[in-house]
Amino acid sequence: MDAQGLKKSLKELGFDFFTGVPCSLLGGIIRALGDDYIPSVREDTALGLAAGAYLGGRKPCVLMQNSGIGYSLNVLTSLNLIYDIPVLLMISYRGFGGKDAPEHIIMGKHCVELMEAIGISSRVCSGQDLESALAEADGQIKNGKPYAVFIREGAVS
Amino acid sequence: MIMRDAIAGLLSAIKDEYVVCANGFISRDTFNAKDRPRNFYMLGSMGQASSIGLGLAIADPRKKVVVFDGDGNLLMNLGILAMIAQISPKNLIHVVLDNECYDSTGGQPTISSSIDLSGAAKGCGIKNVVMKGLTEDITAAFKDCLAKDGPHFLLLKVARDPSEKTPRVNIEPPEIAARFKRS
Repeated sequence: MDAQGLKKSLKELGFDFFTGVPCSLLGGIIRALGDDYIPSVREDTALGLAAGAYLGGRKPCVLMQNSGIGYSLNVLTSLNLIYDIPVLLMISYRGFGGKDAPEHIIMGKHCVELMEAIGISSRVCSGQDLESALAEADGQIKNGKPYAVFIREGAVS
Repeated sequence: MIMRDAIAGLLSAIKDEYVVCANGFISRDTFNAKDRPRNFYMLGSMGQASSIGLGLAIADPRKKVVVFDGDGNLLMNLGILAMIAQISPKNLIHVVLDNECYDSTGGQPTISSSIDLSGAAKGCGIKNVVMKGLTEDITAAFKDCLAKDGPHFLLLKVARDPSEKTPRVNIEPPEIAARFKRS
């Protein structure tokens, strides 16, 4: 899926607040979002920003690399999940299949099960399946729940 | 001035503003002094009250947003000063109640007594930075922040009350969020 198409899908679903911390795999979509994207200093800070935006009537999306899940777990478990504050997580999947730089291997092995362990639904996407994952995410978000879309290398051009 | 009294003083100047309270005694003291739907009480996620306040201020520039932050909270998310400076929302007032300790876990010291937090805010480029000492009047400075365009960073040195036993916030978290959102 190309970045402009992904941006269009996100906007059509009503997402109107974008923040996060970049990853090379997310470069295209962050470029496509342009001024709509607010750079955050950390992933947990991005989640806090997104929660504030939600409380102000917006529909937020946070972009991050899966390494950022580590910083995010406390906010997801002690803010989003207990206050019913939804957010769309677009997480680049480094370390998929155990092939990547050493710092990505362990998180790559466990990131999906980490989401499952704390009760956040997720899908791993490799391209056109992003469309149906976003539709599923939107259903969860309407019920006040976060949802994680994992984006594999090459899924967004 | 002890923190509880400082918070009561700040709340007496609040009208229709949205107040995001850091976790620990800041949320508890605010809740017990004057509960209102436009107060958001953090229970966990230490450090993130300022992020929520900034997100809200960006999301709706018509809303005036006040953050009641703590020194331990700010030190945990110091990067927020850079973001507030860079985004520079006019409708954000970042108040830091600095008692130089982690009060709700037993008063273990933070490192704020030897750190120039207002210097950090200034260094990042936040437009209006004011610091008030333990014995200074805080209400006039806070009213000034409410009256003028921000962003404002207001550092208030406050004292710890070792006998503090303020009860916990007894509203369920989803209700805290839901009533704040619709208010």
